[in-house]
Amino acid sequence: MIEIGYYPGCALHGSSNDYEASVQACMKALGVRLNELDDWICCGATAAHSMNHMLSVALPARNLGIAERDGIDEVFAPCPMCSMELIKANRAITASPSLRAQIAEIVELPVEGKTEVINLIQVFERVGLEAIRAAVKKPLGHIQAACYYGCLLTRPPKVLEFDDAEQPSLMEGILEAIGASTVEWNYKTECCGAGMTMAREETIIDLAGKILDNAAAHGANCLVAACPMCHVNLDMKQADIARARGASRGLTVYYLSDLVGLALGLSPEELAINRHFVVRDLDAAPATSEA
Amino acid sequence: MASQHATDDRFAGMSLDECYQCGKCTAGCPMAAAMDVVPNQIFRLAQLGKLERAARSQAIWLCVSCFTCTARCPKSVDCVGIIDALREMSLEKGWVAPELQRVRLFQQAFLDNIRKNGRINEVELIQRFKLSGFLNDFSVPLLMKDAMLAPKLMQRGKFHVFGEKVKDRDIVRRIFDRCQPQAVASGATEKEAVS
Amino acid sequence: MARIGVFVCWCGENIARTVDVEKVTAAAAEMPGVRCAINYKYMCSDPGQASIREKIQSEKLRGVVVASCSPHMHLKTFRAAAQAAGLNPYLVEMANIREHCSWVHHNKDEATEKAIQLIRMTVGKVLRNHALNPIKVPLTKRALVIGGGVAGIQASLDIADAGYEVVLVEREPSIGGKMAGLSETFPTLDCSQCILTPRMVEVGQHPNIRLYSYSEVEAVDGYVGNFEVTIRKKARYVDIDKCTGCGDCWTKCPSKKNLSEFDQGMGTRTAIYVPFPQAVPARPVIDKEACLHFKTGKCGACQKRCQAGAINFEDEDQLVKENVGAVIIATGYKLYKITDAQNNAKYTGYGEYGYGQYPDVIDGLQFERIVSASGPTGGEIKRPSDGAEPKNIVFIACVGSRDNAKGMTFCSKICCMYTAKHTMLYKHKVHDGQAHVFYMDIRAGGKNYDEFVRRAIEKDGAKYYRGRVSKITQENGKLIVRGTDTLVGEPITVEADMVVLATAMQPADGARELAQKLKVGYDEFGFLSESHPKLRPVETTSAGVYICGACHAPKDIPEAVAQASAAAGKVQVMFGKGELTREPEIAVINEQTCAACYACVRTCPYGAIEKAEIRDRKGNLVKYTARVNQGLCMGCGTCVAVCPSKSADIEGFSEQQIYEMVKNLV
Repeated sequence: MIEIGYYPGCALHGSSNDYEASVQACMKALGVRLNELDDWICCGATAAHSMNHMLSVALPARNLGIAERDGIDEVFAPCPMCSMELIKANRAITASPSLRAQIAEIVELPVEGKTEVINLIQVFERVGLEAIRAAVKKPLGHIQAACYYGCLLTRPPKVLEFDDAEQPSLMEGILEAIGASTVEWNYKTECCGAGMTMAREETIIDLAGKILDNAAAHGANCLVAACPMCHVNLDMKQADIARARGASRGLTVYYLSDLVGLALGLSPEELAINRHFVVRDLDAAPATSEA
Repeated sequence: MASQHATDDRFAGMSLDECYQCGKCTAGCPMAAAMDVVPNQIFRLAQLGKLERAARSQAIWLCVSCFTCTARCPKSVDCVGIIDALREMSLEKGWVAPELQRVRLFQQAFLDNIRKNGRINEVELIQRFKLSGFLNDFSVPLLMKDAMLAPKLMQRGKFHVFGEKVKDRDIVRRIFDRCQPQAVASGATEKEAVS
Repeated sequence: MARIGVFVCWCGENIARTVDVEKVTAAAAEMPGVRCAINYKYMCSDPGQASIREKIQSEKLRGVVVASCSPHMHLKTFRAAAQAAGLNPYLVEMANIREHCSWVHHNKDEATEKAIQLIRMTVGKVLRNHALNPIKVPLTKRALVIGGGVAGIQASLDIADAGYEVVLVEREPSIGGKMAGLSETFPTLDCSQCILTPRMVEVGQHPNIRLYSYSEVEAVDGYVGNFEVTIRKKARYVDIDKCTGCGDCWTKCPSKKNLSEFDQGMGTRTAIYVPFPQAVPARPVIDKEACLHFKTGKCGACQKRCQAGAINFEDEDQLVKENVGAVIIATGYKLYKITDAQNNAKYTGYGEYGYGQYPDVIDGLQFERIVSASGPTGGEIKRPSDGAEPKNIVFIACVGSRDNAKGMTFCSKICCMYTAKHTMLYKHKVHDGQAHVFYMDIRAGGKNYDEFVRRAIEKDGAKYYRGRVSKITQENGKLIVRGTDTLVGEPITVEADMVVLATAMQPADGARELAQKLKVGYDEFGFLSESHPKLRPVETTSAGVYICGACHAPKDIPEAVAQASAAAGKVQVMFGKGELTREPEIAVINEQTCAACYACVRTCPYGAIEKAEIRDRKGNLVKYTARVNQGLCMGCGTCVAVCPSKSADIEGFSEQQIYEMVKNLV
């Protein structure tokens, strides 16, 4: 039984509650217990780091302080924006004693910056690929996925030090463990437009559109993401994108936990896949792959 | 390395002077084609101390903070950090490009929402953003945009109608107050006086 | 009785502006042991030297202190002047009142006082000086040249033509190096092989050159004038004395699909092979990894065919020893690869360019082979993946070079030129094709160099974009190159059929290890260090060891050749003398007090201290001691610092002298 601190972040408690349901179901099936941080607050996201630098350290630091206070040394943040902001704050605080003192006053908690923050892929690695492989009940042989890392799982690399920032492959390793195959494609780490969803839709249509095109062109029958924002842009906005770009394709966009959950034998409903906008019948594994 | 000729303290530690204008930032930027001033030009303007021109650009608010520039910079310049500093400056001085007010308004609404609730309440955020956007440019399409999305989200249960609030909302407000630029600056001066 | 003369120099205004030379002279005249003190406007000038000579004789001086510039400048001058007047030159010392005083101070009173103290210190030292004589070292007038590329070839021929024997060691089966594989050379576009192969043949035929091909330097012992070199002759499995080079063996070899090193992996060769037709020696070698005889024991086709009976599967590595007096290192370069795996943790690959996974993204040397008439495509420009002729070709400069994030900060210097050359060669063969170049700066300093680059742009229509490339991806058989042009401030995307990367130059593999064997310094990238960047460009800090070519720094053919001739010239200067003399300011061990703990033997960075025995006349062992090899010692003083019994000292910088200097200061 692995026990780990949990920072869901605002998106998972809002319109990306399908991701949260998926993560929770999947973790339960893998025997990972998630201890949600007490009264956590928003990490500030792009808004904070582009408008108020101090706030962009203080908001995540408050959460790190809560974890430290409650004796939690490892926090799982499924949203890459949250985990990047938490890690960045950690780094800033450990690098500068004067900033550390200032932040402690601002957030009213001592923050040493010693909490380890991990993303969804790292949780699966913590469980172990062999353990996951052993727990697979329905290998996903019908899945031919384009693994999409987006920006913040690997960037900025000097802060995150996670996987290879240009040619990441850890997600592919997990998919391989659950019997799915993956395609080589070019847009693994391209940006989908992130927080521009509301403010500048044309950005999303252009960037997310190219990602969907490239995945399809390389023979993927679905996309796999590990980010709520990417999912919004690629799934929820997919119909708008198709309309604007004059193409319709219907590429299912899974969260990584969806596929692991399916392979573990969970139903699409348990994983909230039915709440996605683009839902195709890939979830129901064809009989051949069960053999 | 500490910069000898940094034009402005706000770029300290970002290796601005190390930029040698290779343009790799612009080459990899997903938004460069839409930018009035491309990333390498932004950094050149900053090197030359022409901060107002850089801070008035649309580009800094078109930047999606994807960190591709930072990740690939051969001189390890903190590209996004510099753009963040320019965005902060454009807010302080009222230099946000008129065309990109909506981005600014969204980010502002986002921060206001955190300040109020401690976490993002999406319904409230979108309402506030649309209202402030409408008051800014009287755009009816913005008001109506994605109107059809709400029912679909609702239908899928992808909604937290009342939104979440943290229990201790006062601490969030105190953090915001202490992080206001003036508060930060005066805090720093006090610290320096003591040491 | 001490009779010391002090000679204070004004150095025009350089010293006199900040130091009151009259006051200094008056103070010096009063110092204990000083017989006379004078000053003059330029002590180094002819009249200045004459005054020193005159005073030595008229005042019967037993020591001289010249207070002027750094001893690096004029110590030789003043010692020679003293010697001319009959004084042992090692009784002359300099007090540096320019670099250490007048140039770095503003306050005249303080500077004057400091100058007086510096002179007092030096006078103290000279009080304890004694006459020394230069050390004479015997000299073997043969040279070792390591590396048979164009630099090594040039150096070998120069020395051999001057009448001295040369031992040339080349790691590969043939000499010729990188230049033998180049197509045409900038800025004249003359054929590389056409100008190099005559020189290679000369090496092969020269009576004064002993060529060890397919061999490596295993160990170097000894010191300047007297090196003993151990050379490993790698098992070739072909007796090159019996072999006639007829070619029957390689035409019959069934193992044909081995990647050719000479063709940079763009073509294939047999298991028994000569790397290229003009190879010197034109004798094959068996690649054991590829040979079916070694892999399965079944084949022996070459042995059966060979009428000379030259194939010997039982061949083994052999160690041979050669005695030489001087060594020239000319080990050249290799190209940085953009792959994920790097041989040095400092470097990283280019994930954004696919880590070298796209077959149609090649490096500059590979393009040289594709465009060479002798190359795998017969000189037709065909891309590796499908043999199609690329209609849009992209050249990217500074790949690895000047890229701190990838670990290399230096400019590789030749890429601007060869990239321009590549665009021309391409256009001359693919008339309807378009060459695109992404560059940061065009560095074309050199005779007719800039004109050459302009010609590529103006006459041959290469499109140059000023900016780096951020990413290369492959889509539908096209390479999507995402770059920029900072001059217009726009991203530029080129859909290319082939991409050529001008990757950084790195020292050849093994250069560091070789440098360690020869005690030659190297920089953080492994390029070998010269002993002075301006005035001693081919010497190293290891006496008798010289460097030339790209092992020193990235450089082009003309520069490598010029440097090779310079190194050869230095060797000839050395060989022109009957014996070697060395400065006597080196370590000396008091063998009577030496406790034979050998701390000095272990710490000496030059391996210059040996374990020795003192025996009486009957040959009975009296005691063990450490002993300095006068040929090897560089006078660094490390042994003095570590010797617990205070038995080690440096001539001319003895502890007594230093003590006297300190005493005079306080």
